[in-house]
Amino acid sequence: MNIIVCVKQVPGTNKVAVDPVTGVLIRDGVDSKINPYDLFALEEGFSLAEKTDGCVKTLSMGPPQAKEALKETLWMGASESVLLSDRKFGGADVAATSCALALGIKKLGEYDIIICGKQTTDGDTAQVGPELAQRLGIEHIANVTEILECRDGYITVTADLDTVIQTAKIKLPCLITIEKDANTPRLPSYNRKKSMDCDELIKVYSVADIPDADENMLGLKGSPTQVERIFPPEKNSGQEISEGSSDELCDKLFELLSTRKFI
Amino acid sequence: MYNKVTQKDIDALIAATSADRVLYGESISEDYSHDELGGISNMPEVLVKVLSTEEVAAVMKHASQNKIPVVVRGSGTGLVGASVALHGGIMLETTAMNKILELDEENLTVTVQPGVLLMELAAFCEEHDFLYPPDPGEKSATIGGNISTNAGGMRAVKYGVTRDYVRGLTAVLPSGEIVTLGGKVVKNSSGYSLKDLIIGSEGTLAVITEAVLKLVPLPKITTSLLVPFTSISDAIGTVPLLIKSRASLTAIEFMEQGTILFSEEYLGKNFPDKKSPAYLILTVDGNDKSVVDAEIDKVAELCIGAGATDALIVDTEERKGSVWSARGAFLEAIKASTTEMDECDVVVPRNKVAEFVLYTHEVSKQLGVRIPSFGHAGDGNLHVYVCRDDLADTAWKDALEKAFDLLYKKARALSGLVSGEHGIGYAKKGFLAEDYGETQLSLMRGIKSAFDPNCILNPGKVF
Repeated sequence: MNIIVCVKQVPGTNKVAVDPVTGVLIRDGVDSKINPYDLFALEEGFSLAEKTDGCVKTLSMGPPQAKEALKETLWMGASESVLLSDRKFGGADVAATSCALALGIKKLGEYDIIICGKQTTDGDTAQVGPELAQRLGIEHIANVTEILECRDGYITVTADLDTVIQTAKIKLPCLITIEKDANTPRLPSYNRKKSMDCDELIKVYSVADIPDADENMLGLKGSPTQVERIFPPEKNSGQEISEGSSDELCDKLFELLSTRKFI
Repeated sequence: MYNKVTQKDIDALIAATSADRVLYGESISEDYSHDELGGISNMPEVLVKVLSTEEVAAVMKHASQNKIPVVVRGSGTGLVGASVALHGGIMLETTAMNKILELDEENLTVTVQPGVLLMELAAFCEEHDFLYPPDPGEKSATIGGNISTNAGGMRAVKYGVTRDYVRGLTAVLPSGEIVTLGGKVVKNSSGYSLKDLIIGSEGTLAVITEAVLKLVPLPKITTSLLVPFTSISDAIGTVPLLIKSRASLTAIEFMEQGTILFSEEYLGKNFPDKKSPAYLILTVDGNDKSVVDAEIDKVAELCIGAGATDALIVDTEERKGSVWSARGAFLEAIKASTTEMDECDVVVPRNKVAEFVLYTHEVSKQLGVRIPSFGHAGDGNLHVYVCRDDLADTAWKDALEKAFDLLYKKARALSGLVSGEHGIGYAKKGFLAEDYGETQLSLMRGIKSAFDPNCILNPGKVF
């Protein structure tokens, strides 16, 4: 199976500054890492490739230093990568990002499945995956917790839809986004790091390298939405206290745990 | 020998503290009769949840005047029965004395009450860009307990153990007198170090009520390697080479595949790699990324040269979490894998670790008991667990006795010692006596009687 996994390089810590004028994250001088959600997508990709005798290619859009994130995907098990890097891609919202990634997918050639992380830790929108599928005209399913089966041109997955767990069988090629903690991501291998020629295996493309790119659809220019304000998500540390007999409390606890799908 | 606790004593304890913090009879939970060691338990007659040095002093004064034994207890996570009230009496619980009193950035110290949990202290220090280096696996232990056992942990290779980070102590003597030992000073050649006698004394000399701890600046970068090997002998055999190479390692831990599988089952979470029979985890820290990366490359090459099949890079919070959370749960995981177990926490010279671990395999075969192990290969401290599984009572007791006898004899033959970090408590007294002999034990007894002439503080422990 030909598998493409999209990844994003994000700040390595939560202590990041935001440009007060543009609302864009200031990335210079800040340690970076692969978006933690994408690690689950990568692992799902690698294990699917192992089962189907396939290969994983990775794709990212970002500044030149995003190459470091792609190198790591190679050390984890990817066979080749594409980085879309150009000032003209910069400042993209989810719509412009999905447009650029759709162009990148074409550069990577034939594919059976595209796997994305559920969301990123810096943007938290969880929209790029589904929008990318839309632009490519393929089926998609978000928040996948497990790939149950993959054969005869279909993939069967379970997805966490908040109140229910859905089992879905969809036709390939398709796009799935992977839920947090769906697996334990493998670690980058020192042997692969030492033996791979990453500069050879990572192709970097600018807008000029993509003949059918429409600049008006890319970067800040192609972004219908603007960032007004960035703020951390609200932390929920509330407590719920229940009272009652042991039997009542057992029932209550069971209900609570099952609604939240812990059991 | 000791007096029983009477209503008059309870009234005095309530007067010294408050009624809601003095529990007696059936209102004391069974949990207070034991620590994490199986096989030894006894209920205290009265449990006092203390809040201050003054309260501890008042309780000790009363106990001393009335010859009532006192045992101090933190979180009860000890592994040698040190906090079991063998003679009943008063149990002083310090967990409510859990305040971080002061962070002194000019002297690089933090002052804490004894009930602060290790995980709370670690988080507080990190928040302020400091590191409190001692890092035992049991993060819910109290700092008071850590000082009492001179706990070690996973960073001992580079940073040393709890003793190295205790600058000062406030302690209450069995008589009820309050003493302040050491302080924020860096150097101290002022007479005998009573502070150092109290550290590691397992609650037998004084009650620690406040500690001044030394901090170091938080290293900006910490990277680990998870290194797979095709055999445990190859894995541990690499450790002396790593030490000899002078690589600046913070941690060198070893583990076997079986232990990883137990921890997966226990935590319900997969480990990032479990294909190989044995692993080392190595950590390098520093402030300059290129220096840390170069050191990581050097140790990776050395390990691969010594037979490792790869070296997996553990560099981000997520990756560290997936590896170190499993490592931290090994003890509980092995415990959950069997019906009963006892542990041997020996420490041997670092170049003898491989020999000792391979010997545990021999003993396991010879006696027909499962003996999983893991531990701090870099500092020679091993955690070896003799597991009962489905053995009948007499067969288990027999096997355990024989196994311990062989293991401690071997440690002694290799110039090792009974305990690296868990202490002697009640469980390992016999082995300590065999190791140290009468001269050293009588010195210890002399020290004990100087601090505690009536022997009311944690009687029946250490020797």
